[in-house]
Amino acid sequence: MREMNTEKRTKGLLLKGGRIVDPATGRDEVADLLIEAGRVKDVGKLSAAVDSDRCEMIDVTGLVVAPGLIDMHVHLREPGREDEETIESGSHAAVKGGLTAVVPMANTNPPTDDQTAVRFVRERGREVGLTRILPVAAVTKQQEGKELTEIAELVDAGAVAISDDGVPVRSAELMRRALEYAKMFGIPVISHAEDPDLSADGQMHEGLVSTSLGLHGIPAAAEESMVSRDLILARLTGSHVHIAHVSAKGSVELIRGAKAQGVRVTAETAPHYCTLTDESIAETFDTNLKVNPPLRTQEDVQAVIKGLVDGTLDVIASDHAPHSIAEKEVEFPAAPCGMIGMETMLGIVLTKLVHGGHLSLSQALARLSLGPASALGIEGGTLEPGSPAHLTIIDLGKEWVVDPSTFASKSRNCPFTGWRLTGLPMLTIVDGRVVYTSPDREARGQRAKARASAKNR
Amino acid sequence: MNARGKVQRLQRKDLLGLEYLSRDEIELILELGKSFKEISERPIKKVPTLRGKTVVNLFFEPSTRTAASFDLAAKRLSADTINVSSSSSSVIKGETLLDTARNIEAMKVDVLVIRHRAEGAPHFLASRLGASVINAGDGCHEHPTQGLLDMMTMLEHCGQLDGLRVLIVGDVAHSRVARSNIWGLKRMGARVTVCAPLTLVPYGLESMGVDLVTGLDQAIVDKDVIMVLRIQLERQRSGLFPSLREYARTFGVNRERLKRAKEGLLIMHPGPINRGIELDPDVADGPYSLILDQVTNGVAVRMAVLYLLSGGEGARDEH
Repeated sequence: MREMNTEKRTKGLLLKGGRIVDPATGRDEVADLLIEAGRVKDVGKLSAAVDSDRCEMIDVTGLVVAPGLIDMHVHLREPGREDEETIESGSHAAVKGGLTAVVPMANTNPPTDDQTAVRFVRERGREVGLTRILPVAAVTKQQEGKELTEIAELVDAGAVAISDDGVPVRSAELMRRALEYAKMFGIPVISHAEDPDLSADGQMHEGLVSTSLGLHGIPAAAEESMVSRDLILARLTGSHVHIAHVSAKGSVELIRGAKAQGVRVTAETAPHYCTLTDESIAETFDTNLKVNPPLRTQEDVQAVIKGLVDGTLDVIASDHAPHSIAEKEVEFPAAPCGMIGMETMLGIVLTKLVHGGHLSLSQALARLSLGPASALGIEGGTLEPGSPAHLTIIDLGKEWVVDPSTFASKSRNCPFTGWRLTGLPMLTIVDGRVVYTSPDREARGQRAKARASAKNR
Repeated sequence: MNARGKVQRLQRKDLLGLEYLSRDEIELILELGKSFKEISERPIKKVPTLRGKTVVNLFFEPSTRTAASFDLAAKRLSADTINVSSSSSSVIKGETLLDTARNIEAMKVDVLVIRHRAEGAPHFLASRLGASVINAGDGCHEHPTQGLLDMMTMLEHCGQLDGLRVLIVGDVAHSRVARSNIWGLKRMGARVTVCAPLTLVPYGLESMGVDLVTGLDQAIVDKDVIMVLRIQLERQRSGLFPSLREYARTFGVNRERLKRAKEGLLIMHPGPINRGIELDPDVADGPYSLILDQVTNGVAVRMAVLYLLSGGEGARDEH
């Protein structure tokens, strides 16, 4: 594995003629990009200057060259539910979605709450060798909300953040201590903001639709009150809190206010909170629309989009949550929460937010790369020379239809089935190595080769 | 009926809720229910209309009157029926709802009547099965045949539903009866008011087109019908109201309170009654109580629904 990388690195890779979009510097121009030794070496008009013997060349004319996308909120289910996803299948899904790093949450079975577990996830990710797997470790042992995990050792083992995601840290006192302790290591505490008493027995957003369907509702207040608590604790401790999966208008407003006051907070939302509402559940009772936090109203969707536009929300992450068909093919209240999203995230963001006129391309790419890199305090999110060569090459105009039967993920619980999207990753590059090439691109490459050899004859 | 251009058939496979029915469809069912009611009053209470059809009652929640009512309705139309209850079904052995239903359908049944605690369970089956599905109550969502039998009863005693003033009292948040009645009554032009403690009112209930009040004494004054909902003990235990005693004093319907009502205010209750809590015995058994009429009409309206979903047509002009 390591040897292969070294070999690739000495060779060098030239991406020729792409549109370089770097949200970190504002660069947006057609140029070549040279990768050497796993890092971006140079950006500019380079084709002539590069020694083609020492360098592989890929023509990316007409495509966008973006900093590698980072999905800072996924569930890979290994260990524990390998029938739903594994680190291997999840890695394939990730690179297909253009993701050069994914951040799996700790609610595996057993939870990722000790250094052995963190090392296992890291190691499996390295063995698979596609996307980078950067694990989150639990805040509390067994995610029981009682005792802090050994955070120093978890960070040593490679955890990039701590979170009990899936469940909230119920005790404000324990959350306070977690924030204080984590501050020593420069890692964020990721808050799954949900008041479990207010959300108890909840099946969907509490609103007009839950009223007509008779399904027990989860009020936006269940999220907002916990967001509020954690913002206050972040202010108290001066520590960095990251609010996961923001779905409610009130949460966006609270975070905006806290940022204005200088609280160290970053926040994320997911593609489904920008595109789907509780209305979609009416009549169909489609369990693929059951998710936590729940799909809310059009007003919330608009507020979430506004939060992305003004930077209140720094990150778009998929909250990819695989569930087996057996678990989802049941009556609505019996189904677990969650939807998959790694393979649709970029397409949804480009189609609904960029082509839809809400975000510029650079803003969207920032929320998918620079935003998560900054929130996690890791390298990435830029194409400046010297930065690690994690890149996503995108065909902005590629039209496709979401068909879960073609997914690399092991699960099929996708709410976007049948959606027509515009924009798809063509190449995914990690550490200067091409880890994914889209089938369209491969077919094109073969046709080009065939033409070339025909000419030679 | 033809002359007025009314619908003669239900253009649908399933009856899942009254939210989805048009005024014409509701009228068709109610009129047919009226003509089927007479069959139950004959010495030989049976017609051959659905001979050779099979109706399965699949009840995952305990039920006395609804299960018996569907069974009798099917039998009076000469359909073959079987009743499967959760205690006798393979749900106990861990089988999924869909597998249970598919196995029953594989025995070539025509209509599946389902009661289930999960909201949307009938919708879930209806979209996956070829057989007709009738919702006999799904969680807190809908109980369409109850709504229909209630409307049939009101129609019988009041002559019309248009403009009728109906008061629903009690735990609307957890009531499928309330939801079906609200959808159906609103569709038919009635004016519906809900009176309940605010902890038992779901978010934005007024958006369903009803008025919401909390003072029962004032609410009673101008109403034609009062529908009293059953209060469930576990709601008190989960902290939704302080005590049954206080509930009975504040929202219980008793003779004293009814002194303020219009002459002839009709009393309805979907049953089973908590006597002395939401409804006093002397009111439940009093002259204006329609509670047993509701039960009688339940059989008739379910006959109509079974008949129409099996492809039957509404009454012709000569009828």
